[in-house]
Amino acid sequence: MDPVRRIEGTMVPLMRSHVDTDQIIPKQFLKRVERSGFGPFLFYDWAFDSEGERRPEFVLNRPEYRSAQVLVTGPNFGSGSSREHAPWALLDWGIRAVIAPSFADIFRNNSFKNGLLPIILADEEVARLAELAADPASHVVIDVEAETVTAGGETVTFALDPFVKHCLLNGLDDIAVTLESEPDISSFELARPGFKPSLA
Amino acid sequence: MARTLFEKIWADHVVRSSPGEPDLLYIDLHLVHEVTSPQAFEGLRATGRRVRRPELTLATIDHGVPTIGREHGITDPLSRQQIETLVANCREHGITLFGLEDPRQGIVHIIGPEQGITQPGMTIVCGDSHTSTHGAFGALAFGIGTSEVEHVLATQTLPQSRPKAMAVNVAGQLPPWSTAKDIILAIISHIGVSGGTGHVIEYRGDTIADLSMEGRMTICNMSIEGGARAGLIAPDDTTFSYLKGRPHAPGGDAWDAALEYWRTLPTDPQAVFDWEVSLAAGEIPPYVSWGTNPAQSAPVDGAVPAPGDFSDPSEQEHTAHALRYMQLEPHIPITDITIDRVFLGSCTNGRIEDLRAAAAILAGKKIHPDVHAMVVPGSGLVKLQAESEGLDEVFVQAGFEWRDAGCSMCLGMNPDILQPGERCASTSNRNFEGRQGRGGLTHLVSPAMAAAAAVAGRFVDVREWTD
Repeated sequence: MDPVRRIEGTMVPLMRSHVDTDQIIPKQFLKRVERSGFGPFLFYDWAFDSEGERRPEFVLNRPEYRSAQVLVTGPNFGSGSSREHAPWALLDWGIRAVIAPSFADIFRNNSFKNGLLPIILADEEVARLAELAADPASHVVIDVEAETVTAGGETVTFALDPFVKHCLLNGLDDIAVTLESEPDISSFELARPGFKPSLA
Repeated sequence: MARTLFEKIWADHVVRSSPGEPDLLYIDLHLVHEVTSPQAFEGLRATGRRVRRPELTLATIDHGVPTIGREHGITDPLSRQQIETLVANCREHGITLFGLEDPRQGIVHIIGPEQGITQPGMTIVCGDSHTSTHGAFGALAFGIGTSEVEHVLATQTLPQSRPKAMAVNVAGQLPPWSTAKDIILAIISHIGVSGGTGHVIEYRGDTIADLSMEGRMTICNMSIEGGARAGLIAPDDTTFSYLKGRPHAPGGDAWDAALEYWRTLPTDPQAVFDWEVSLAAGEIPPYVSWGTNPAQSAPVDGAVPAPGDFSDPSEQEHTAHALRYMQLEPHIPITDITIDRVFLGSCTNGRIEDLRAAAAILAGKKIHPDVHAMVVPGSGLVKLQAESEGLDEVFVQAGFEWRDAGCSMCLGMNPDILQPGERCASTSNRNFEGRQGRGGLTHLVSPAMAAAAAVAGRFVDVREWTD
């Protein structure tokens, strides 16, 4: 994973509650065996009409929002399925951070693993950013080290788990980090009870 | 110090713990299916890593498999490629796979318990949010993403921050015809679709203890629909007698050793939860979902709400949006809603007890002429069991299609989908927009309620209807 230190760009508002992963990337697009290529299908049922044409009124289809890097949205974003295809699709589209009052747990984990930043801010702050984002040119800066979001002349802080932050800033492969604990894993395995099931 | 069931399982699986870092947890069982694993195996190849413990890994194909005409193979080229990829990955890494020809093939959360490989006190993960199903056995079981699938394949561990402990107490006698499905829909309606976020729920109380293992699985299965990381239930004699004699359950002395450990697991009397919620079982009638998430559910003798029934503006907007999508007018009685399709199956309600409950309603009856109904057993073994009991005859004579095992119309990754505007009584777990097919309108119900709706062509209060 590449390090994630600073995200600077424009915002796109999608002010709905409980946007589930079935909306972010519907099931018919989960058949790929690669991690890439999901972007064109992002929010498919909202972005396309029944003829397969892009709906010009859907906010992400508006040309002035096409290069936005930060999605501002409602509470419980990413609920439902564990599909990591959801953050893959957002990243593939060009979204680098999602700002919401809350996130579903699995989506949030999956996002960090891919360097997509899920940032939790208070309702009022999300509402303020959404208002700013009504202007497609409005600028936002996210500083991971400082844990701040700056937009419209105001800077607010967000909280990041220290370990997650460490991994983001350094672009760490967390499997490699875990494998440094190989002796601990091996000794744990030796002590496991014999009644635990095995398919051997 | 007094501890909860969840805290005991957690503590028994910590490989390494350091301040300021997530705990490194050992994973006892990793379940794998075709949709969320190919990129993980590809990641192993790219980094030259191997599967650390193939014997603690079990794979099946369920999400994309056809449930009819299997003799013709899998015609969708992308699904076929995904399934062939899993077959090749399992062969390369020595992982046991219940493939399409195997009678044990089925939904990943049905086959683990069926094989007795889901046991109390275990940590179980799978790249699927309904992994919480296995919590019915007093296991800590949760869904993970593909990066974490790769992590577990490579290390048999996962770094995890410990969620909070939540208790949902359900006490008292459940009314006739109310089922585990109605309990969990009532719980989710009560706590909200994100009420359990950041928590592991322990379902407690005499109502829960009185449930069969099938019913407990239905409840734990939908923990994620309330936002919880996992759901679990204390193991007891019901759990142990379900497990005894199953293919992967311990035998002989190992059984005694396991039993001794399992009996230490239930939450200590003085243990404290971070959050507790209580429901009275006597006040849980059969439920029907009316909206586009499982918390948007109402008692069958109730009505569809109006946006103005909610005080929170965002909830009002969310309700208005859901009613538009569901093509429902506010305040119409639930029993006025007519249906086109019935889906009986899924990891929520695709077990033998679910099929028996539906068949009991359908015996000697015909489904409504305007309704298209199907049964998709949760596994090949559930299907065989049902056939040995003659349930397939009941379903077929009533007018249901009798299909092969898989996830099917729960998520519609295979050809089993709703057409736009079709309204379905479904025993599955998610009523999200488009979940069962673009423009499809899903109502979540119990198997008995689905069967009664199939006959009536609309939702009926199964309590009055069977009188």
